[in-house]
Amino acid sequence: MRSRIILFILGLFVWFLLSWPPDLQHLLVGVLVAGFVAFMTGDMFVQRPQLFTHIKRYFWFAYYLPLFIWECIKANIDVAYRVSHPDVPIHPGIVKVKTTLKSETGLTFLANSITLTPGTLSVDVDQDGGFLYIHWIDVKDKDIEIATKIVVERFEKILRRIFE
Amino acid sequence: MNNIFGIIFIFVGLAFDFFGCLGLVRLPDVYNRLQASTKCVTLGTCSIMFGVFLMLGFTPAGIKSLLCIIFLILTAPVSAHAIARGAHRSGVKLWKGSVVDRYAEDKEGKE
Repeated sequence: MRSRIILFILGLFVWFLLSWPPDLQHLLVGVLVAGFVAFMTGDMFVQRPQLFTHIKRYFWFAYYLPLFIWECIKANIDVAYRVSHPDVPIHPGIVKVKTTLKSETGLTFLANSITLTPGTLSVDVDQDGGFLYIHWIDVKDKDIEIATKIVVERFEKILRRIFE
Repeated sequence: MNNIFGIIFIFVGLAFDFFGCLGLVRLPDVYNRLQASTKCVTLGTCSIMFGVFLMLGFTPAGIKSLLCIIFLILTAPVSAHAIARGAHRSGVKLWKGSVVDRYAEDKEGKE
């Protein structure tokens, strides 16, 4: 039930942003459609709705966003340098890294963050073993432990506090 | 004032999009090309949208461009992930200068 309410509020919010400025006609249609969608698919949306009430997690998320944007800008400058250099300086390869995150949302966010940060692209996730396969444009070390330290750890600590 | 900042953001976005497309041409294999196109085109396009938002303010079009940024950041890495995984599973080889391929090693071990 709580999962349905969260989906309803989120859907209504996005609908209002799409049909800006809000008025009565849009409100009625939005309530009807958001209610129908929440009724049909709401139970699949959130697995653990009780986490939405932890205020601390929002603060960690607010801390995570600027860090993520900064890494994203660094990644872009890195790619621009590699692409515009006459020799194209790359040493690509697929490495394996470990993660201690278990929840699906946490793993999704970790894989997405890894894709948008310098030189790495997640290829596959092994949820049972807790492994990620990462395509790395400039492989610094083939060892699992050291690669984990370089690629995963800066996000993992924060994401654990948000999603676990 | 907002107009000037908006134009600066749009130009930065165009420059990053250009580098992304250059990477698509210059880099050797699927995975490296995905790296360049995903990173540069995501942030470049987000930057263009943010420039549009700065120029238009809280009008219907400006708010829609903000929403587009959120959807783009959520979906672009997922699609890159799906293409890379699909390419590897259907047997696309890594570039000959690649250093290591742990994914192929692990898959061979399982079969």
